[in-house]
Amino acid sequence: MNKDYIEIRWHGRGGQGAITAAKIVAGAAFVSGYPGVVMAPTFGTERRGAPVTTSLKIARSKIYDLSPIETPDIVVILDYLLLNEAQVTTGLKPGGIIVLNTPMAFEFYNFKDYKLATADVTAISVEAGLPHGMVNSGIIGALEKAANLLSMESLIKGIKEEFRTREPQKNVLAAQLAFERTVTGG
Amino acid sequence: MQIIEDGNTAAALGVRLCRPQVIAAYPITPQTPLTEKLSEYVEEGSLAAEYIPVESEHSALAVCIAASSAGSRVFTATSANGLLYMHEQIQWAAGARLPIVMCVVNRAVGAPWNIWNDQQDSISQRDTGWIQIYCADHQQIIDTVIKAYWLAEKVSIPIMVCYDGYILSHTFMPFDLPQQKKVDAFLPPFKPDYALNPDEPANLNTVTLPDVRVDVHGELAHGYMEIRYLLQKDTRLALQEAAQAEKRFAEVFGRGGDPYIEPYLCDDAEYIAVGLGSITYQLRVCVDELRREGIKVGVMGVRYYRPFPDKVIAGALKGKKAVIVFEKAISYGYEGALASDLKSALYEYLAGTGSLPVIQNYIAGIGGREIRTDNLTKALKAATKGRVAQEPVWIGLKL
Repeated sequence: MNKDYIEIRWHGRGGQGAITAAKIVAGAAFVSGYPGVVMAPTFGTERRGAPVTTSLKIARSKIYDLSPIETPDIVVILDYLLLNEAQVTTGLKPGGIIVLNTPMAFEFYNFKDYKLATADVTAISVEAGLPHGMVNSGIIGALEKAANLLSMESLIKGIKEEFRTREPQKNVLAAQLAFERTVTGG
Repeated sequence: MQIIEDGNTAAALGVRLCRPQVIAAYPITPQTPLTEKLSEYVEEGSLAAEYIPVESEHSALAVCIAASSAGSRVFTATSANGLLYMHEQIQWAAGARLPIVMCVVNRAVGAPWNIWNDQQDSISQRDTGWIQIYCADHQQIIDTVIKAYWLAEKVSIPIMVCYDGYILSHTFMPFDLPQQKKVDAFLPPFKPDYALNPDEPANLNTVTLPDVRVDVHGELAHGYMEIRYLLQKDTRLALQEAAQAEKRFAEVFGRGGDPYIEPYLCDDAEYIAVGLGSITYQLRVCVDELRREGIKVGVMGVRYYRPFPDKVIAGALKGKKAVIVFEKAISYGYEGALASDLKSALYEYLAGTGSLPVIQNYIAGIGGREIRTDNLTKALKAATKGRVAQEPVWIGLKL
């Protein structure tokens, strides 16, 4: 992966917090030597429960192209059921990474041409003390394990800041547990 | 301090830094988060303004007109059909010479109903007597709001700060949040020459006759035509004050450039793309691509659309082979309004010199149609090979 210009597409459901997760990663990237960060949510169709996407571009210099990501390096999927509803791998570069929140085993999936990373972020987050369905802090840990983009330190700082009034320690724990338990493969 | 927020938040933070005293707005997508933020600031006490909820955009601007007439610094914001619903009051605010600052979060107008981005809304208000400034990123949004208050109050002309809906309003990117004390140093409190005062009742902008007349004080008062002539004259003069605003801003905040246009790789370019707003930054990516192929192309963002910086623009385009104008709006029945304005400026300064560039007009992104960068590059490249068409060419049209 070209680490000078990274494009991450997030697939979640309206209300699941994909935008917040992408925003935390954007902030961590910015303080980690990526002055160019642009995060663009799906426009106009945000409804609770409906499939939504968010584009996150990270670059070593200012980004002038705000158009949606066509060929992501990474796709992050906050709900495995979206695999049945959305074309989540559209445009994903060969060798690209799929980060998937799923209760199913890693071996259950077969994405040839791509690198898969799985974690049961939903269960992990409950274990960390968060309400069922709060997965947007945990998924950040899974993404970092899969892609090794930034550092858990900078991401945890961002999580603490974002969730400073909403259970910061539980959100940090969810990210740490997800980082430890994410299964990656070729 | 660098922060990462969306464009509406950049606008709201800029407005708060300017310490408006009255805010009246009606929510409309994609402007809504901007007014929500401002109402939150007022509620939490971080902005000491009167926030007046209203039942329509027409009333929002009517409230601003009244409050501004009484000497308050005011703010409102809208988009699309909300802006159109204000139209009568928009004309009034300019004629009354009130220094109102309004963000227009650019969105397509109905019918058919559409909530996505183009610039038909603000372009359709071109001839209302307001200053219009277009922004290409969040730094420009927050800085322009601050500069706009200074300029509006200097020249007594209202200003629209325009930025693309969703593409800027809902996209997150880093920008520098100016310090309050620096904004306070740049922008003094609003002290109008005249303000309504309940102790001395007065009528403003009542029926004004076609000809001049002697008023109740025995002084010769302007007729309607004089008042309107002065609006035109002062709007043209506002170009000079805009340069002053830019210079003062650069002194206080250490950033700025040409107040009117934003050129990129234009000096040695043979072909120049021109546009308003965020598309001009996207075009930089196209220019970089075509430069790698050896095509000498540049891009010029127009920041001030009214008053139109005709002389500066003509100077920047002199001797170029072609000017390729990308627009998210059209004057139905002719062509993009910016293309017409550019032609007018080029004719004025370059006719007879043998250095008039060819103009190609492209229409793009209408109603939020995605503008793919590769399609934009193709269109730009095609126009460097010769005139594509006399009529405006709609990019990405599926007919």
